[in-house]
Amino acid sequence: MERLRRTMMFVPGNNPAMIKDAGIYGADSIMFDLEDSVSLTEKDTARMLVFEALQNVDYGNSELVVRINGLDTEMGKADIYAMVKAGVEVIRLPKTETPDDVVETEKVIAEAEKFFGIENGRTHMMAAIESAEGVLNAPAIAKASDRLIGIALGAEDYVTMMKTHRYPDGAELSFARNMILHGARAAGIAAFDTVYSDVDNTEGFNHEVEIIHELGFDGKSVINPRQIPLVNAIYAPSDKEIRNAKDVLNAIEEAHKKGSGVISLRGKMVDKPVVARAQRTMALAKASNLVDEDGNIYAK
Amino acid sequence: MEIKHTALAGTLESSDIQFTLSKGTGVEINLDSQVEKQFGNQIRKVITDLLKDYDITDVNVRAVDKGALDCTIKARLIAAIQRATDTQNQPNWEVLG
Repeated sequence: MERLRRTMMFVPGNNPAMIKDAGIYGADSIMFDLEDSVSLTEKDTARMLVFEALQNVDYGNSELVVRINGLDTEMGKADIYAMVKAGVEVIRLPKTETPDDVVETEKVIAEAEKFFGIENGRTHMMAAIESAEGVLNAPAIAKASDRLIGIALGAEDYVTMMKTHRYPDGAELSFARNMILHGARAAGIAAFDTVYSDVDNTEGFNHEVEIIHELGFDGKSVINPRQIPLVNAIYAPSDKEIRNAKDVLNAIEEAHKKGSGVISLRGKMVDKPVVARAQRTMALAKASNLVDEDGNIYAK
Repeated sequence: MEIKHTALAGTLESSDIQFTLSKGTGVEINLDSQVEKQFGNQIRKVITDLLKDYDITDVNVRAVDKGALDCTIKARLIAAIQRATDTQNQPNWEVLG
């Protein structure tokens, strides 16, 4: 079953209090940042803080991601070695412009795994796309490495480069979002939307999450724990969707028992995409604590 | 390993610890912690163990603790050692292993 990634919570890599508490908010993924949120003079201390936290703090079921400094900086290589050694699940590349950026980073990750005697391929990657060139190359970037689990839009640098800024209707991000989403889907990996920095504007945040949910994004980057339940609420399926998904999954099971190849439900054919949608609906319902282990809706 | 110059790492924020390392004779630890009574010995042990791992025998350690976890204490001391020995981007993987 594909992993749910509704929320990826950004945690500044040089803040011990936030690093210590990051696991208690129920984010699907936690992204420790060694890049933009850390000042140039504290890159070395943040690296060690995240290195130690990854090995000692219990973050439950959250997927652990670290955004490193690019390989074009003097910190990049040391960041990769430290995070590979610490056993991070995913290394996030900042400002990915071309497939070569992914390939070059993968080489250093593979080198670090070999150096530490770690199984080749254990460390996954994701790429943040934050420029016009990156957006145009999104499909190729998404296919640049088998280690990639997803690509993400980073909108702040992107809108500045595009000579615009963020608007409530999201029109300025429409092309980038669609490119990234299609690139990710064509490669069979996840698509993450950008952050929404006005944490007190719940209405604006919800509107943006509704847009990306409708488009088909796996989830959104969040910068404050308060945004996590808001995203989860919008991604939670309705009772009707859950009941339908359960019927589909039951019909599949029945058909398999009878050895029947063709499956129909209420006169409609149930094919592979319908099953995949039903499985995702049920996974979201379970993650949202709406159903029990057997998929029965909890009484309200 | 020799301390080349005075170095500082960490902050005085809650859950953090700030280390200042300087040249000394023997190991001298000056700890200021809100939880000295309960965890002072444990904090000192984390410090002395790590200094041993790095084979640092002559150093003055000034630590101001604001309720840091052991892993934060370790991370900040490692960073201070790397700064005091000019090895920020060349971590000693044998010690960190």
